[in-house]
Amino acid sequence: MIELKQVSKRFETPGGKAVDALLSTDLTIASGRVFGLLGFSGAGKSTLLRLINRLEEPTTGSVRVDGHELTGLSHDALRQARQGVGMIFQQFNLLSHRSALHNVEFSLEVGGMASTARRTKAREALAAVGLSDKETAYPAQLSGGQRQRVAIARALATSPKILLCDEATSALDPHTALSILRLLKHLNKERGMTIVIVTHDIKVANYLCEHCVVLERGGVVDHIDMANPQPQSRLGKFFFDTAKGWTDQTVLPQEDA
Amino acid sequence: MNDLLKALVEFGPDLWKATLDTLLMVSATMASAALLGTPLGVLLFTSGEGGLYPKPILHRVVGYVVNVLRSFPFIILLVILIPFSRLVVGTSIGPKAAAVALSFAVIPYFARLVEQNLRDVPKGVIDMAQACGASKAATIFKVLIAEAMPALIGSFTVTATGFIAYSAVAGAVGAGGLGDLAIRYGYYRFETSVMVWCVVIMFVLVQSTQWLGAWAARRFDKR
Repeated sequence: MIELKQVSKRFETPGGKAVDALLSTDLTIASGRVFGLLGFSGAGKSTLLRLINRLEEPTTGSVRVDGHELTGLSHDALRQARQGVGMIFQQFNLLSHRSALHNVEFSLEVGGMASTARRTKAREALAAVGLSDKETAYPAQLSGGQRQRVAIARALATSPKILLCDEATSALDPHTALSILRLLKHLNKERGMTIVIVTHDIKVANYLCEHCVVLERGGVVDHIDMANPQPQSRLGKFFFDTAKGWTDQTVLPQEDA
Repeated sequence: MNDLLKALVEFGPDLWKATLDTLLMVSATMASAALLGTPLGVLLFTSGEGGLYPKPILHRVVGYVVNVLRSFPFIILLVILIPFSRLVVGTSIGPKAAAVALSFAVIPYFARLVEQNLRDVPKGVIDMAQACGASKAATIFKVLIAEAMPALIGSFTVTATGFIAYSAVAGAVGAGGLGDLAIRYGYYRFETSVMVWCVVIMFVLVQSTQWLGAWAARRFDKR
Protein backbone atom coordinates (compact mmCIF):
# COMPACT_ATOMS: atom_id res chain seq x y z
CA MET A 1 0.00 0.00 0.00
CA ILE A 2 1.21 3.45 -0.93
CA GLU A 3 -0.04 6.32 1.21
CA LEU A 4 0.65 9.93 0.41
CA LYS A 5 -0.50 12.40 3.03
CA GLN A 6 -0.58 16.09 2.21
CA VAL A 7 2.48 15.83 0.04
CA SER A 8 3.44 18.84 -1.99
CA LYS A 9 6.43 19.75 -4.09
CA ARG A 10 7.71 23.22 -4.72
CA PHE A 11 10.69 23.80 -7.01
CA GLU A 12 12.84 26.81 -6.31
CA THR A 13 14.27 28.23 -9.50
CA PRO A 14 17.71 29.91 -9.50
CA GLY A 15 16.00 33.26 -10.17
CA GLY A 16 14.34 33.00 -6.75
CA LYS A 17 10.96 32.09 -8.19
CA ALA A 18 9.05 29.11 -6.88
CA VAL A 19 6.98 26.71 -8.93
CA ASP A 20 4.38 24.55 -7.23
CA ALA A 21 4.64 21.31 -9.18
CA LEU A 22 2.32 19.54 -6.79
CA LEU A 23 -0.14 21.10 -4.38
CA SER A 24 -0.98 19.36 -1.14
CA THR A 25 -2.26 15.95 -2.18
CA ASP A 26 -3.65 12.89 -0.40
CA LEU A 27 -3.60 9.61 -2.24
CA THR A 28 -3.86 5.96 -1.27
CA ILE A 29 -2.99 3.17 -3.66
CA ALA A 30 -3.94 -0.33 -2.53
CA SER A 31 -1.53 -3.21 -3.01
CA GLY A 32 -1.83 -5.25 -6.17
CA ARG A 33 -3.66 -2.52 -8.07
CA VAL A 34 -2.88 -0.82 -11.33
CA PHE A 35 -3.22 2.86 -10.72
CA GLY A 36 -3.06 5.61 -13.33
CA LEU A 37 -1.95 9.22 -13.00
CA LEU A 38 -3.54 11.02 -15.91
CA GLY A 39 -2.89 14.56 -17.06
CA PHE A 40 -1.21 16.86 -19.57
CA SER A 41 2.48 17.73 -19.50
CA GLY A 42 3.34 19.88 -16.54
CA ALA A 43 0.31 18.77 -14.52
CA GLY A 44 2.52 17.32 -11.81
CA LYS A 45 1.92 13.63 -12.50
CA SER A 46 5.58 12.74 -12.93
CA THR A 47 6.45 14.71 -9.81
CA LEU A 48 3.81 12.77 -7.90
CA LEU A 49 5.21 9.48 -9.18
CA ARG A 50 8.79 10.44 -8.32
CA LEU A 51 7.74 11.32 -4.77
CA ILE A 52 6.81 7.69 -4.22
CA ASN A 53 10.46 6.54 -4.36
CA ARG A 54 11.71 9.93 -3.23
CA LEU A 55 13.50 10.74 -6.47
CA GLU A 56 11.97 14.07 -5.52
CA GLU A 57 12.05 15.23 -1.93
CA PRO A 58 8.56 16.26 -0.85
CA THR A 59 8.37 19.87 0.32
CA THR A 60 5.68 18.91 2.81
CA GLY A 61 3.78 15.81 3.80
CA SER A 62 4.58 12.15 4.23
CA VAL A 63 5.06 9.16 1.97
CA ARG A 64 4.47 5.67 3.33
CA VAL A 65 5.12 2.49 1.39
CA ASP A 66 3.78 -0.72 2.97
CA GLY A 67 3.57 1.05 6.30
CA HIS A 68 7.15 2.31 6.19
CA GLU A 69 7.66 6.02 6.31
CA LEU A 70 9.97 7.05 3.44
CA THR A 71 10.32 10.70 4.28
CA GLY A 72 13.14 11.28 6.70
CA LEU A 73 14.89 7.98 5.97
CA SER A 74 18.67 8.10 5.96
CA HIS A 75 20.49 7.75 2.65
CA ASP A 76 21.29 4.07 3.23
CA ALA A 77 17.83 3.18 4.49
CA LEU A 78 16.31 4.92 1.49
CA ARG A 79 18.57 2.95 -0.86
CA GLN A 80 17.36 -0.23 0.79
CA ALA A 81 13.73 0.84 0.41
CA ARG A 82 14.25 1.70 -3.26
CA GLN A 83 15.29 -1.89 -3.96
CA GLY A 84 11.68 -2.78 -3.27
CA VAL A 85 10.27 -0.26 -5.73
CA GLY A 86 11.06 -0.76 -9.42
CA MET A 87 10.89 2.06 -11.94
CA ILE A 88 10.79 2.35 -15.70
CA PHE A 89 11.01 5.47 -17.83
CA GLN A 90 9.89 6.95 -21.12
CA GLN A 91 13.46 7.00 -22.42
CA PHE A 92 14.25 3.54 -21.00
CA ASN A 93 17.46 4.84 -19.37
CA LEU A 94 19.60 1.84 -20.13
CA LEU A 95 23.35 2.06 -19.71
CA SER A 96 24.76 2.20 -23.22
CA HIS A 97 28.06 0.57 -22.27
CA ARG A 98 26.41 -2.56 -20.83
CA SER A 99 24.85 -5.52 -22.58
CA ALA A 100 21.20 -6.34 -21.90
CA LEU A 101 22.12 -8.89 -19.24
CA HIS A 102 24.52 -6.50 -17.50
CA ASN A 103 21.90 -3.77 -17.59
CA VAL A 104 19.51 -6.09 -15.79
CA GLU A 105 22.21 -6.99 -13.31
CA PHE A 106 22.74 -3.34 -12.45
CA SER A 107 19.84 -3.14 -10.00
CA LEU A 108 21.09 -6.26 -8.19
CA GLU A 109 24.71 -5.17 -8.30
CA VAL A 110 24.02 -1.85 -6.56
CA GLY A 111 21.99 -3.79 -4.00
CA GLY A 112 25.12 -5.72 -3.15
CA MET A 113 24.22 -9.17 -4.51
CA ALA A 114 27.12 -11.51 -5.32
CA SER A 115 27.91 -11.93 -9.00
CA THR A 116 26.85 -15.55 -9.57
CA ALA A 117 23.53 -15.06 -7.77
CA ARG A 118 22.74 -11.92 -9.66
CA ARG A 119 23.58 -13.51 -13.01
CA THR A 120 20.97 -16.19 -12.33
CA LYS A 121 18.40 -13.62 -11.20
CA ALA A 122 19.08 -11.39 -14.19
CA ARG A 123 18.66 -14.32 -16.59
CA GLU A 124 15.29 -15.12 -14.97
CA ALA A 125 14.19 -11.53 -15.32
CA LEU A 126 15.23 -11.37 -18.98
CA ALA A 127 13.33 -14.60 -19.59
CA ALA A 128 10.26 -13.12 -17.91
CA VAL A 129 10.20 -10.29 -20.47
CA GLY A 130 10.88 -12.67 -23.36
CA LEU A 131 14.41 -11.55 -24.18
CA SER A 132 16.54 -14.55 -23.28
CA ASP A 133 18.08 -14.50 -26.75
CA LYS A 134 19.30 -10.91 -26.38
CA GLU A 135 21.56 -11.28 -23.34
CA THR A 136 24.70 -10.07 -25.09
CA ALA A 137 23.09 -7.32 -27.19
CA TYR A 138 23.91 -3.70 -26.36
CA PRO A 139 21.03 -1.21 -26.11
CA ALA A 140 22.02 0.33 -29.44
CA GLN A 141 21.35 -3.02 -31.10
CA LEU A 142 17.84 -3.34 -29.66
CA SER A 143 14.52 -1.87 -30.82
CA GLY A 144 12.59 0.56 -28.63
CA GLY A 145 10.25 -2.14 -27.39
CA GLN A 146 13.13 -4.48 -26.60
CA ARG A 147 14.92 -1.70 -24.70
CA GLN A 148 11.84 -1.10 -22.59
CA ARG A 149 11.65 -4.85 -21.92
CA VAL A 150 15.24 -4.83 -20.72
CA ALA A 151 14.37 -1.87 -18.47
CA ILE A 152 11.38 -3.80 -17.12
CA ALA A 153 13.61 -6.82 -16.49
CA ARG A 154 16.04 -4.57 -14.60
CA ALA A 155 13.16 -3.32 -12.46
CA LEU A 156 11.84 -6.87 -11.93
CA ALA A 157 15.20 -8.35 -10.98
CA THR A 158 15.01 -7.17 -7.38
CA SER A 159 11.48 -8.65 -7.08
CA PRO A 160 9.85 -5.36 -6.15
CA LYS A 161 6.29 -5.18 -4.84
CA ILE A 162 5.72 -1.91 -6.67
CA LEU A 163 6.52 -0.82 -10.21
CA LEU A 164 6.51 2.86 -11.09
CA CYS A 165 6.08 3.64 -14.79
CA ASP A 166 6.86 7.15 -16.01
CA GLU A 167 5.29 7.47 -19.47
CA ALA A 168 6.67 4.02 -20.15
CA THR A 169 5.03 3.61 -23.56
CA SER A 170 5.01 7.22 -24.80
CA ALA A 171 8.13 6.81 -26.92
CA LEU A 172 6.89 3.63 -28.58
CA ASP A 173 4.69 3.04 -31.61
CA PRO A 174 1.14 1.88 -30.79
CA HIS A 175 1.66 -1.79 -31.44
CA THR A 176 4.88 -1.96 -29.42
CA ALA A 177 3.22 0.09 -26.71
CA LEU A 178 0.39 -2.43 -26.48
CA SER A 179 2.80 -5.33 -26.20
CA ILE A 180 4.55 -3.57 -23.31
CA LEU A 181 1.22 -2.81 -21.63
CA ARG A 182 0.24 -6.48 -21.97
CA LEU A 183 3.47 -7.44 -20.30
CA LEU A 184 2.75 -5.01 -17.46
CA LYS A 185 -0.78 -6.36 -17.08
CA HIS A 186 0.58 -9.89 -17.01
CA LEU A 187 3.13 -8.97 -14.33
CA ASN A 188 0.39 -7.41 -12.25
CA LYS A 189 -1.81 -10.52 -12.51
CA GLU A 190 1.00 -13.04 -12.13
CA ARG A 191 2.99 -11.45 -9.33
CA GLY A 192 0.39 -9.23 -7.71
CA MET A 193 2.74 -6.34 -8.30
CA THR A 194 1.31 -2.87 -7.66
CA ILE A 195 1.73 -0.71 -10.76
CA VAL A 196 1.55 3.07 -10.80
CA ILE A 197 1.63 4.45 -14.30
CA VAL A 198 1.89 8.05 -15.43
CA THR A 199 0.33 8.73 -18.80
CA HIS A 200 -1.33 11.38 -20.92
CA ASP A 201 -2.92 8.68 -23.05
CA ILE A 202 -6.44 7.59 -22.11
CA LYS A 203 -5.96 4.41 -24.15
CA VAL A 204 -3.22 3.34 -21.76
CA ALA A 205 -5.42 4.07 -18.75
CA ASN A 206 -8.40 2.32 -20.32
CA TYR A 207 -6.47 -0.80 -21.10
CA LEU A 208 -4.41 -1.14 -17.95
CA CYS A 209 -5.71 0.80 -14.98
CA GLU A 210 -8.31 -0.11 -12.41
CA HIS A 211 -8.33 3.34 -10.96
CA CYS A 212 -7.09 6.74 -12.12
CA VAL A 213 -6.68 10.22 -10.83
CA VAL A 214 -6.65 13.20 -13.16
CA LEU A 215 -4.13 15.91 -12.37
CA GLU A 216 -4.24 19.50 -13.46
CA ARG A 217 -1.84 22.28 -12.45
CA GLY A 218 -0.42 20.31 -9.58
CA GLY A 219 -3.72 19.20 -8.11
CA VAL A 220 -5.94 16.11 -8.32
CA VAL A 221 -9.18 17.15 -10.03
CA ASP A 222 -10.82 13.76 -10.55
CA HIS A 223 -10.88 10.22 -9.15
CA ILE A 224 -12.07 7.71 -11.69
CA ASP A 225 -13.01 4.06 -11.24
CA MET A 226 -12.13 2.61 -14.61
CA ALA A 227 -14.69 -0.20 -14.34
CA ASN A 228 -17.41 2.41 -14.26
CA PRO A 229 -15.90 5.71 -15.38
CA GLN A 230 -17.85 8.80 -14.43
CA PRO A 231 -15.49 11.76 -14.81
CA GLN A 232 -16.65 14.86 -12.96
CA SER A 233 -14.03 17.40 -14.00
CA ARG A 234 -13.81 19.15 -17.35
CA LEU A 235 -10.41 17.61 -17.92
CA GLY A 236 -11.58 14.14 -16.94
CA LYS A 237 -14.48 14.42 -19.38
CA PHE A 238 -12.11 15.57 -22.09
CA PHE A 239 -9.94 12.50 -21.64
CA PHE A 240 -12.90 10.16 -21.93
CA ASP A 241 -14.27 12.10 -24.91
CA THR A 242 -11.02 11.67 -26.77
CA ALA A 243 -11.07 7.94 -26.03
CA LYS A 244 -13.68 7.69 -28.80
CA GLY A 245 -11.29 9.44 -31.18
CA TRP A 246 -10.81 13.09 -32.09
CA THR A 247 -13.60 14.94 -33.86
CA ASP A 248 -14.32 18.56 -34.72
CA GLN A 249 -16.77 18.50 -31.84
CA THR A 250 -14.20 17.45 -29.23
CA VAL A 251 -14.27 20.16 -26.58
CA LEU A 252 -10.79 21.23 -25.52
CA PRO A 253 -10.30 22.06 -21.86
CA GLN A 254 -10.25 25.83 -21.80
CA GLU A 255 -6.77 26.67 -20.60
CA ASP A 256 -5.10 24.60 -23.28
CA ALA A 257 -7.41 25.59 -26.15
CA MET B 1 67.86 16.09 -48.08
CA ASN B 2 71.51 15.44 -47.50
CA ASP B 3 71.51 18.06 -44.74
CA LEU B 4 68.61 16.32 -43.06
CA LEU B 5 70.36 12.95 -43.02
CA LYS B 6 73.58 14.51 -41.81
CA ALA B 7 71.71 16.23 -39.01
CA LEU B 8 70.09 12.96 -38.08
CA VAL B 9 73.45 11.24 -37.73
CA GLU B 10 75.08 14.15 -35.96
CA PHE B 11 72.23 14.99 -33.59
CA GLY B 12 70.73 11.51 -33.30
CA PRO B 13 71.63 11.05 -29.63
CA ASP B 14 70.36 14.56 -28.81
CA LEU B 15 67.12 13.93 -30.66
CA TRP B 16 66.69 10.62 -28.85
CA LYS B 17 67.26 12.18 -25.44
CA ALA B 18 64.98 15.08 -26.27
CA THR B 19 62.26 12.67 -27.35
CA LEU B 20 62.57 10.77 -24.09
CA ASP B 21 62.44 14.03 -22.14
CA THR B 22 59.30 15.07 -23.99
CA LEU B 23 57.73 11.70 -23.38
CA LEU B 24 58.62 11.93 -19.69
CA MET B 25 57.13 15.41 -19.38
CA VAL B 26 53.97 14.53 -21.24
CA SER B 27 53.47 11.20 -19.43
CA ALA B 28 53.89 12.81 -16.01
CA THR B 29 51.56 15.61 -17.06
CA MET B 30 48.90 13.25 -18.34
CA ALA B 31 49.19 11.10 -15.24
CA SER B 32 48.39 14.22 -13.21
CA ALA B 33 45.46 14.92 -15.52
CA ALA B 34 44.05 11.44 -15.02
CA LEU B 35 44.75 11.06 -11.31
CA LEU B 36 43.98 14.59 -10.11
CA GLY B 37 42.10 16.28 -12.96
CA THR B 38 39.48 13.54 -13.18
CA PRO B 39 38.39 13.64 -9.52
CA LEU B 40 38.42 17.44 -9.65
CA GLY B 41 36.13 17.32 -12.68
CA VAL B 42 33.84 14.86 -10.91
CA LEU B 43 33.74 17.18 -7.91
CA LEU B 44 32.92 20.16 -10.14
CA PHE B 45 30.09 18.25 -11.74
CA THR B 46 28.55 16.57 -8.71
CA SER B 47 28.72 19.66 -6.49
CA GLY B 48 27.20 21.94 -9.12
CA GLU B 49 23.63 23.09 -9.38
CA GLY B 50 21.43 20.24 -10.58
CA GLY B 51 24.40 17.96 -9.94
CA LEU B 52 24.19 14.74 -8.03
CA TYR B 53 25.01 16.23 -4.63
CA PRO B 54 24.83 20.02 -4.85
CA LYS B 55 27.25 21.89 -2.62
CA PRO B 56 26.99 25.45 -3.93
CA ILE B 57 29.75 27.04 -1.83
CA LEU B 58 32.29 24.28 -2.43
CA HIS B 59 31.41 24.33 -6.11
CA ARG B 60 32.01 28.05 -6.33
CA VAL B 61 35.33 27.93 -4.48
CA VAL B 62 36.66 25.06 -6.61
CA GLY B 63 35.39 26.81 -9.73
CA TYR B 64 37.28 29.98 -8.84
CA VAL B 65 40.52 28.12 -8.11
CA VAL B 66 40.25 26.30 -11.42
CA ASN B 67 39.58 29.52 -13.31
CA VAL B 68 42.45 31.36 -11.62
CA LEU B 69 44.88 28.59 -12.52
CA ARG B 70 43.61 28.55 -16.06
CA SER B 71 44.02 32.31 -16.38
CA PHE B 72 47.78 32.21 -15.90
CA PRO B 73 49.82 32.45 -19.09
CA PHE B 74 51.80 29.23 -19.05
CA ILE B 75 55.18 30.91 -19.12
CA ILE B 76 54.29 32.88 -15.97
CA LEU B 77 53.09 29.71 -14.30
CA LEU B 78 56.46 28.14 -15.07
CA VAL B 79 58.28 30.96 -13.35
CA ILE B 80 56.16 31.32 -10.23
CA LEU B 81 56.23 27.59 -9.66
CA ILE B 82 60.02 27.48 -9.47
CA PRO B 83 60.12 27.32 -5.64
CA PHE B 84 57.36 24.73 -5.60
CA SER B 85 59.11 22.58 -8.20
CA ARG B 86 62.28 22.70 -6.16
CA LEU B 87 60.32 21.45 -3.19
CA VAL B 88 58.53 18.64 -5.02
CA VAL B 89 61.07 17.27 -7.48
CA GLY B 90 64.21 18.85 -6.05
CA THR B 91 65.04 20.96 -9.07
CA SER B 92 63.71 24.03 -10.79
CA ILE B 93 65.01 23.25 -14.26
CA GLY B 94 64.78 20.33 -16.64
CA PRO B 95 61.92 18.07 -17.67
CA LYS B 96 60.90 17.15 -14.12
CA ALA B 97 60.45 20.77 -13.11
CA ALA B 98 58.58 21.48 -16.31
CA ALA B 99 56.30 18.51 -15.59
CA VAL B 100 55.29 20.18 -12.32
CA ALA B 101 54.30 23.38 -14.11
CA LEU B 102 52.61 21.42 -16.90
CA SER B 103 50.63 19.50 -14.28
CA PHE B 104 49.41 22.75 -12.77
CA ALA B 105 48.23 23.75 -16.21
CA VAL B 106 46.69 20.44 -17.17
CA ILE B 107 44.74 19.60 -13.98
CA PRO B 108 42.25 22.50 -14.11
CA TYR B 109 42.01 22.23 -17.90
CA PHE B 110 41.24 18.54 -17.90
CA ALA B 111 38.90 18.95 -14.92
CA ARG B 112 36.72 21.32 -16.96
CA LEU B 113 36.62 18.85 -19.84
CA VAL B 114 35.65 16.03 -17.45
CA GLU B 115 32.94 18.22 -15.97
CA GLN B 116 31.53 18.88 -19.42
CA ASN B 117 31.70 15.20 -20.42
CA LEU B 118 29.78 14.21 -17.30
CA ARG B 119 27.22 16.94 -17.96
CA ASP B 120 26.55 15.26 -21.30
CA VAL B 121 25.54 11.96 -19.67
CA PRO B 122 21.75 11.79 -19.98
CA LYS B 123 20.09 12.88 -16.74
CA GLY B 124 17.73 9.91 -17.01
CA VAL B 125 20.38 7.28 -16.30
CA ILE B 126 21.25 9.07 -13.06
CA ASP B 127 17.56 8.96 -12.11
CA MET B 128 17.59 5.28 -12.99
CA ALA B 129 20.60 4.60 -10.78
CA GLN B 130 19.02 6.46 -7.88
CA ALA B 131 15.74 4.62 -8.36
CA CYS B 132 17.62 1.30 -8.26
CA GLY B 133 19.07 2.32 -4.90
CA ALA B 134 22.63 2.90 -6.11
CA SER B 135 25.07 4.45 -3.65
CA LYS B 136 26.83 7.71 -4.44
CA ALA B 137 30.03 5.89 -5.33
CA ALA B 138 28.23 3.39 -7.57
CA THR B 139 26.41 6.22 -9.34
CA ILE B 140 29.65 8.07 -9.97
CA PHE B 141 31.74 5.10 -11.10
CA LYS B 142 29.29 2.66 -12.66
CA VAL B 143 27.01 5.19 -14.28
CA LEU B 144 28.54 8.64 -14.73
CA ILE B 145 32.15 7.77 -15.50
CA ALA B 146 31.34 4.50 -17.25
CA GLU B 147 28.77 6.13 -19.53
CA ALA B 148 31.06 9.08 -20.24
CA MET B 149 34.09 6.87 -20.93
CA PRO B 150 34.28 7.31 -24.73
CA ALA B 151 33.96 11.09 -24.30
CA LEU B 152 36.50 11.10 -21.46
CA ILE B 153 38.99 9.21 -23.61
CA GLY B 154 38.38 11.76 -26.36
CA SER B 155 39.05 14.64 -23.96
CA PHE B 156 42.15 12.90 -22.65
CA THR B 157 43.47 12.47 -26.18
CA VAL B 158 42.85 16.08 -27.12
CA THR B 159 44.55 17.18 -23.89
CA ALA B 160 47.53 14.89 -24.48
CA THR B 161 48.13 16.14 -28.02
CA GLY B 162 47.73 19.71 -26.84
CA PHE B 163 50.23 19.23 -24.07
CA ILE B 164 52.78 17.60 -26.36
CA ALA B 165 52.91 20.98 -28.06
CA TYR B 166 52.72 22.78 -24.70
CA SER B 167 55.72 20.87 -23.41
CA ALA B 168 57.72 22.43 -26.23
CA VAL B 169 56.95 25.85 -24.76
CA ALA B 170 58.43 24.67 -21.48
CA GLY B 171 61.57 24.00 -23.47
CA ALA B 172 62.03 27.73 -23.68
CA VAL B 173 62.96 27.83 -20.00
CA GLY B 174 65.38 24.98 -20.19
CA ALA B 175 63.02 22.09 -19.69
CA GLY B 176 64.75 19.92 -22.25
CA GLY B 177 62.72 17.97 -24.72
CA LEU B 178 62.08 18.43 -28.38
CA GLY B 179 60.90 22.02 -28.05
CA ASP B 180 64.09 22.95 -26.26
CA LEU B 181 66.22 21.27 -28.91
CA ALA B 182 64.30 22.94 -31.72
CA ILE B 183 64.80 26.36 -30.17
CA ARG B 184 68.45 25.96 -29.20
CA TYR B 185 69.75 24.43 -32.39
CA GLY B 186 67.10 25.18 -34.95
CA TYR B 187 66.39 28.75 -34.04
CA TYR B 188 69.40 30.19 -32.23
CA ARG B 189 72.01 28.32 -34.27
CA PHE B 190 70.22 28.22 -37.59
CA GLU B 191 70.34 24.42 -37.74
CA THR B 192 67.10 24.18 -39.66
CA SER B 193 67.52 20.42 -40.14
CA VAL B 194 67.40 19.81 -36.39
CA MET B 195 64.25 21.85 -36.12
CA VAL B 196 62.68 19.87 -38.95
CA TRP B 197 63.50 16.61 -37.18
CA CYS B 198 62.03 17.90 -33.96
CA VAL B 199 58.81 18.84 -35.71
CA VAL B 200 58.69 15.48 -37.47
CA ILE B 201 59.05 13.60 -34.19
CA MET B 202 56.43 15.76 -32.53
CA PHE B 203 54.13 15.05 -35.45
CA VAL B 204 54.66 11.32 -35.00
CA LEU B 205 53.93 11.64 -31.26
CA VAL B 206 50.77 13.64 -31.83
CA GLN B 207 49.61 11.34 -34.59
CA SER B 208 50.14 8.15 -32.60
CA THR B 209 48.46 9.66 -29.53
CA GLN B 210 45.48 10.60 -31.66
CA TRP B 211 45.36 7.16 -33.22
CA LEU B 212 45.64 5.40 -29.89
CA GLY B 213 42.95 7.62 -28.36
CA ALA B 214 40.55 7.04 -31.23
CA TRP B 215 41.13 3.30 -31.01
CA ALA B 216 40.51 3.23 -27.24
CA ALA B 217 37.39 5.38 -27.52
CA ARG B 218 35.99 3.08 -30.23
CA ARG B 219 36.53 0.07 -28.00
CA PHE B 220 34.50 1.64 -25.22
CA ASP B 221 31.79 3.12 -27.39
CA LYS B 222 28.80 0.80 -27.64
CA ARG B 223 26.33 3.44 -28.71
